[in-house]
Amino acid sequence: MTADYAVRDYAVRLGDDALILGHRLSEWCSRGPFLEEDLALSNVALDFIGRARMFYTYAAELTGDGATEDQFAYQRDCRDFTNHLIHELPRGDFAFTMARQYLIDVYSIAFMQALQQSSDERLAGIASKAIKESRYHLRRSEDWIMRLGDGTEESNRRLQDAVNELWGFTPELFEMDALEGDLVASGIAVDVTALKDDWERSVRSTFAEANISIPDEDWQVSGGRQGKHTEWLGHLLSDLQFVQRAYPGLEW
Amino acid sequence: MNAGANIPLMPVEQLERQLRRRNSSSPALWDVLDTVMDPEIPVISIWELGVLQDVEWQDDRIVVTITPTYSGCPAMTVIAEDIEAAMHDAGYDAVEVTTQLSPAWTTDWMSSAAKNKLRNYGIAPPAKDSEPSCPQCDSTNVKRISEFGSTACKSLYQCGDCAELFDHFKNF
Repeated sequence: MTADYAVRDYAVRLGDDALILGHRLSEWCSRGPFLEEDLALSNVALDFIGRARMFYTYAAELTGDGATEDQFAYQRDCRDFTNHLIHELPRGDFAFTMARQYLIDVYSIAFMQALQQSSDERLAGIASKAIKESRYHLRRSEDWIMRLGDGTEESNRRLQDAVNELWGFTPELFEMDALEGDLVASGIAVDVTALKDDWERSVRSTFAEANISIPDEDWQVSGGRQGKHTEWLGHLLSDLQFVQRAYPGLEW
Repeated sequence: MNAGANIPLMPVEQLERQLRRRNSSSPALWDVLDTVMDPEIPVISIWELGVLQDVEWQDDRIVVTITPTYSGCPAMTVIAEDIEAAMHDAGYDAVEVTTQLSPAWTTDWMSSAAKNKLRNYGIAPPAKDSEPSCPQCDSTNVKRISEFGSTACKSLYQCGDCAELFDHFKNF
C-alpha cells in the first residue's frame, strides 16, 4: 500500500462518518418535532453531507483513474464502509438523535482542531471549514441536552434511555488501528486516543448539569473502521443508494 | 483613549483579496464576475459576499477561484454554474472554476456596503460580538427563534417591538 492510498483510505473513513450521519439526519426532513427544528436538522444534515463530499472528492483525486466522489457514496457495499458504528444507528426519537449529535459534536470539534494541524494541507483545509460548522452544531445540541435532560419527566427519561444505548458505541471513536497509527506518525492523521480525556470530561459535566447519568455498564462495540457493521447499515444503504443501484450511472 | 478600538480591522485575507483585484492585469474579468449574484440573496455579488477569491488567465483559459461558504451549501454549485454562464455571455469560453478551502471563508470578508445591502433586503447582517437588530425597525429587542433559518447561513429571529420575523446572517 502506497502512502497516497493510506491517505485516501483515511479520507474515505472520515467521509463515511460524515455521509452516514448526514443521511441519518436527513431522514428527519419533514418529520421534525416543529418547523424550526425540521429546518435545523436538515441544515446540519447538509453540513455533514457537504463534509462527506469534500473528503470523498479528495479520496477520488488520490485514487485517480477517473474515480468520483459518487463512487464512494453509491457504489460500495456495507463491508466497504468504514464509518464508526455510532453514526449508523437508526435515528430513534428526537432525544436519541440529539444525544448522538451532542456526543459527535463535542468529538468533532476536538478532532477537527487536531486535523487542522495535519501535514496534509487538503485535510487541514477541510478541517478548518468543518470546525466552524461543528461549533454552531454544538451550541444547538448542547442546548437540547439541557432542555431535554432538565425538562419534563418524559424528556429526561427519553434522553437517559438514549445515552444508555449510545454510551457503549463511544469508545470506538477513540480507537486507533495500524493505518491511522502510521498516518499519525507521519503527521497526517489525528491521534484520537489523545482526545478521549477532554471529551469525556466535557460530556460528563454537561450530562451532570442536565441530570443525566452516565451508564455504569461496561460494554462496548466496535468494528466500523474494519467494515464490520451493525444490521442497520444495510437498510440505510438500500435507501441511500437505491437510485444508483436501480439505474447505474444515472445523472441528474 | 484608544481611538482605534472601535474600528474593525480588516482581516489579512480580505486585504489580500482586494489587492489581487486591484493589481490584476485583467480587471475586465473581475467586472464580469460582479454580475454574478448570490442565488439565495440576489442583491449581493459573489465578490461582495467574499466568495470570489481570484480570476486570472492561465495559458489560454480563465481560472476562477472561489471559497465555499458552508460545506453543504447547495448555492455553491449554482454559483459555479452562474460564473461559467456569465463568462460565456461575456465571450470567454474556456473557463474553469476551482474551489479553495483554506483559509476558510468568514463573514469578515463581507464588505460593510454588502452588509448594508443585506439589511435593506430584510436580512440582519452578521455582527461581531453583538445581537442583531431588527432590519425593519432597528430595535435591538430581538429574540432568536431558531439557530437555523431559511438556509444554513442564517438563523431566525423575531423582533420584540414590531413583531417582524427576520433572518440573521450568522457571524461565521
